[in-house]
Amino acid sequence: MSPSDKPSAADPSDRKIDAGNASDVAVPAASAQTVTTRQGMWGSGSGDVSGFGGISRPVVRHRRAQRPYGSWFDQVVDRLLALVPGLDDQVNYDHDELTIYVDRQQLLAVARACRDDAHLRFETCPSVSGAHFPDEAGGQLHVIYNLLSMTHNRRLRLEVAVSDDDPSIDSVTSVYPHANWHERETWDMFGVIFEGHPGLTRILMPDDWDGHPLRKDYPLGGVPIEFKGAQVPPPDQRRSY
Amino acid sequence: MSQANEALAPIDESTAPTEYLINGGDFDAVVAAQRASGDDTLVINMGPQHPSTHGVLRLEVELDGEQVTSIRPGIGFLHSGIEKSMEFRTWSQGSAYVSRMDYIMPMFNETAYCLAVEKLLGIDVPSRANVLRVLVMELNRIASHLVAIGTGGMELGALTVMTIGFREREMILDFFEAVCGTRMNHAYVRPGGVSIDLPENGLDRLRTVIEWLHRHLPEYAGFCNENPIFKGRMQGVANMSLAQAMALGVSGPPLRATGYAWDLRKKQPYCDYDDYNFDVITWDTCDAYGRFRVRLSEMWESLKIVEQCYEKLERSAGAPYMVEDRHLSKPGDLTVGPDGQGNSPAHVKQVMGSSMESLIQHFKLVSEGFKVPVGQVYQAIESPKGELGCQLISDGGTRPYRAHFRDPGFHNLQAVPLLCEGGMISDIVVAVASLDPVLGGVDR
Repeated sequence: MSPSDKPSAADPSDRKIDAGNASDVAVPAASAQTVTTRQGMWGSGSGDVSGFGGISRPVVRHRRAQRPYGSWFDQVVDRLLALVPGLDDQVNYDHDELTIYVDRQQLLAVARACRDDAHLRFETCPSVSGAHFPDEAGGQLHVIYNLLSMTHNRRLRLEVAVSDDDPSIDSVTSVYPHANWHERETWDMFGVIFEGHPGLTRILMPDDWDGHPLRKDYPLGGVPIEFKGAQVPPPDQRRSY
Repeated sequence: MSQANEALAPIDESTAPTEYLINGGDFDAVVAAQRASGDDTLVINMGPQHPSTHGVLRLEVELDGEQVTSIRPGIGFLHSGIEKSMEFRTWSQGSAYVSRMDYIMPMFNETAYCLAVEKLLGIDVPSRANVLRVLVMELNRIASHLVAIGTGGMELGALTVMTIGFREREMILDFFEAVCGTRMNHAYVRPGGVSIDLPENGLDRLRTVIEWLHRHLPEYAGFCNENPIFKGRMQGVANMSLAQAMALGVSGPPLRATGYAWDLRKKQPYCDYDDYNFDVITWDTCDAYGRFRVRLSEMWESLKIVEQCYEKLERSAGAPYMVEDRHLSKPGDLTVGPDGQGNSPAHVKQVMGSSMESLIQHFKLVSEGFKVPVGQVYQAIESPKGELGCQLISDGGTRPYRAHFRDPGFHNLQAVPLLCEGGMISDIVVAVASLDPVLGGVDR
């Protein structure tokens, strides 16, 4: 089912859950960024439960929100735009959470503004993590910073995308010292290089480990299991929907 | 390999430090050799197999005499790739994985995960499910604090605190076993609610646990609060001020022991925590003793919440404990009776025979799972150790595209150098215990 078959799905509040239907995932058509189209045999979303209906659905990620964002989000984004010259108004406000997409050149300036400005005052960065999207040309590796403002009781997310070929980002340890281990973990698991980190070494995997386990091109591993004469494949080779 | 070797500086044998392998009973030889070498600095590797490092934590300690000049925690020995494995399992199966991360507080891992999944789905769970979640979380908080206090006490030589701590925890685990069948690794909290309602005698058993805790929790204060040895080991040790805690992003009891009442249950309520009456405990000494006292008092606050849950559960008996949307909850309504047996053959026959569609839906939910809309969320809850965050990314499929857990132990362990450097080697044990890391969660 292609998105044009479902014009009503453009309302982001219409989030329908259906065990058999992925295409009901609501996507605002104007701001959607289709990464790829997924084809498969199962889960067409039709009433046909034989499993042979066929699936074809666009993979959409990182939607961009339209103003007004609502709540305190507009103020914070406006303040950041004023403080960091050249920052793009690239924002997503899904599930009552605000994500700001930042270029890697501006990350340090944004982080510093977030921490120091009295109107923003995101004192801590409780979590840094990565995500790997192999099909996004030029931005396969995403690093996601979750900031917390205790003064204003707010949470904010910064997201930076870099390519597999040049996976380096400025370390935010000079602004948030406690991001240290989180950045090491992101390096360990995804291979993102944090420039200026005081000691960017592996943290969970052994020091001499090859590869970065949470990348999508890194195999899960596992062996087939024999059960009553039949072979059950390892989890990463089983049918996915 | 040759490339790697070239990258390393060559070892200069003339300046390389002397290495000792201590096998027990040969300390005299080591001391004599160290004295002969005239080197005052001693580098000790504490852990990963050491009874007082709370699991497989490795501490590389540099000592000048008994004073710690440098300490570096090394983690990863219990890394089990849970985040990677979850990418290959359905959203419901994730609950069983996260349960195994920080095995001392499984209910919190599960709830953080399920709240995040529910946020992605955009659904609310029934109020009884929320009460059951709060009930198991607060009982789990007491159990977790009992382990923190008990093992922390044991490491100081106060063995009784450990034995009575595990006795009380056993009561709580027995209750969990009666509710969901397992003492640990429950997978009780599921996306959409909880896996099963209280058993028939559940409220009676809960009353027994509450009465037991009322009778026995005062013993910890009696044993420890004014104990001169306990105070001597804890007071003024492992200091961390509010400014330092903020710079290190520390959360949980170590933060509240600096006097700052930051508790996500109050500040960013989830699971209807704003309906409960409880206080946020703080202490103002910024040391290990303060963290102990915060945990001790928090157990009483948790007990207060558990009692309020008891009343709410009494009132809402029979109400749904799982969302009624059959796209999420299994149409079979399979449960386990108090005898440990499953549904009656008549019920199974009715499910199997009366509705073809229900049967298919049940099969699809088990084999394929439900789909979760595209999106990204971060859900933080107040675990016994601090902020437990769950970051989920969905690409619209039946499996998480990416699941990340921000474990409070992982984050708080970064404070170990601050707490220990300049102090005595014996205080390392107190400092690490006061942070209460559980390496299953730290390494995931």
